[in-house]
Amino acid sequence: MKLLTHNMLTSHVKGVIKGYPLIIKATEVKVNELEFNGQFVSRMIPKLEWSALIQAAGWLGQSQDLPSTLIPDYENDEEFLRKVHRILLEVEVIEGCLQCPESGREFPISKGVPNMLLNEDE
Amino acid sequence: MALHCGRACRQYLLHLAHDNVDFRLPEIKALLSLRKRPFDTSKTFSEKSPFWHLNGLSEDDMRRVMSRTICGKSSFELWGHGTTTDELRTSLLKYPAENMAPYLQHNSTYKINVYTFNKTLVFKNRIKKIDALDFLPFKGTVNLKDPEHIFCLLEDYGSDPNDIPEEPFHIYFGRWIADGQRELIRSYSVKKRHFIGNTSMDARLSFIMANHAKVKADDLVYDPFVGTGEEILLVACSHFGAYVCGTDIDYNTIHGIGKASRKNQKWRGPDENIRANLRQYGTESLYVDVMVSDASKPVWRKNAQFDAIVTDPPYGIRESTRRTGSHKDIIKPPVDFSGESHVPVSMAYHLSDIFADLLNFAAHHLVLGGRLVYWLPIYRPEYCEEMVPLHPCLTLISNCEQTLSSHTSRRLITMEKTKEPEDSDRLSHLADPHFTPYQGHNSFREKYFSGLTKKNTKDAKATPRNKE
Repeated sequence: MKLLTHNMLTSHVKGVIKGYPLIIKATEVKVNELEFNGQFVSRMIPKLEWSALIQAAGWLGQSQDLPSTLIPDYENDEEFLRKVHRILLEVEVIEGCLQCPESGREFPISKGVPNMLLNEDE
Repeated sequence: MALHCGRACRQYLLHLAHDNVDFRLPEIKALLSLRKRPFDTSKTFSEKSPFWHLNGLSEDDMRRVMSRTICGKSSFELWGHGTTTDELRTSLLKYPAENMAPYLQHNSTYKINVYTFNKTLVFKNRIKKIDALDFLPFKGTVNLKDPEHIFCLLEDYGSDPNDIPEEPFHIYFGRWIADGQRELIRSYSVKKRHFIGNTSMDARLSFIMANHAKVKADDLVYDPFVGTGEEILLVACSHFGAYVCGTDIDYNTIHGIGKASRKNQKWRGPDENIRANLRQYGTESLYVDVMVSDASKPVWRKNAQFDAIVTDPPYGIRESTRRTGSHKDIIKPPVDFSGESHVPVSMAYHLSDIFADLLNFAAHHLVLGGRLVYWLPIYRPEYCEEMVPLHPCLTLISNCEQTLSSHTSRRLITMEKTKEPEDSDRLSHLADPHFTPYQGHNSFREKYFSGLTKKNTKDAKATPRNKE
């Protein structure tokens, strides 16, 4: 699971109001090297919940001096974009789980794939 | 008929492939729209014709369209046309000489092709027709192997193979610009390691879907039923530079009709297959994620938005309570579904729920202007346009039929988000009479699957399908 996806996921457990962001508990994390694409990162940044991204990076020990609030004029800051590219796309949780911050319900991540299925009564 | 335009705006002739006829116009319109150009054609335009005039375009526009189109075979800068050889000649003589000159230089090489639609010409007649063009100021040398410029004389002998006229209905002459991507698709099908009986036509339709959805580089594309449908769908989107993600409710084999049994391979899960597919085609860097998730219970936060949603929902049967303990109850006929499959009678049927949920999801999670493209299964004897699901936030763009059997087909529906949803929109579809044909316990399903018998996978593969 990449942090781009995590940034868009929320807990859908019945009755939960504050299900975002899901807490990441990772037991295996991988960092891949991908070709930098500044265009894509620039497009995605306005769609992100920035504080949730910083929080997630922190949980994975990948904070890398990313600022806690978005800097203005980020489109032209290549060094910044590269850092964001890395945290959005190159860092992957292979094993672990996502935890609903309100209900505590855990969704397992196995072989990089989160399983978000709920049981009938949830 | 005279053709005189300025440099910026020439007339072009698009020669279209003669299959997936319904899908052609929406594809070309979508690709022109990506270039922010309208579909501007002549008064005599006929959608069924294999030759389309396009006005108001630059050569760059044409090349970009051809770099994406599956339905378009080739494109030409149109120099002249007419319903008789004399008309063609008059038309060519009226075409500005300064527009022709750059391509007829004496130190250049060229060749002239003759293409006849719905007729075969013997070699000597082709040569005659080429010779009849010698009034044009060709100054260069003919080079049949590797010419700098290719010109084409195209003749349209109508669409009835049983009534081929002596003379063509229409003749065109132009300079070849570029070919479409049909050959590329052929190579995609051949490359596939995991050959599961897909024909190259299925690969073609996946690329056409990506075009209908106006997928472009740096888009984020989502498939909520990634385990069903063509494996190549997200590959096609990534081929055009989009980042892709998908979810599916179940990646285990389902009641024996699963990917493992079809492929005779170990089913490794959708992530491994989708990622492996992207890797095989060199687009692994565009893989975002695949998750196990129930599409009826979306896991996305409120403002999570995708540029496009492309999908092939399961045609099958679900329990009426979606919160079923065993999600294995979702059944889809195999990907090479040609109308034959066995479905247990005990299952309740709520196909309408899938589409209502899908449209509602798209209304909330598409960017404004983003597109939803999906397949809708149809029982042909009862089909009417009103059966296509609608949503107040989505505008219906196109509806293209692919016939599967005498009584079944599937329609590729393209919708564009034109309005942000308000709370009142959420429940609007429940009052919508459009959904009544799909509701009603069992009746639609029985009709759809009636007369079908259980066949094993081998037979299903051998069943004749639509011509390629």
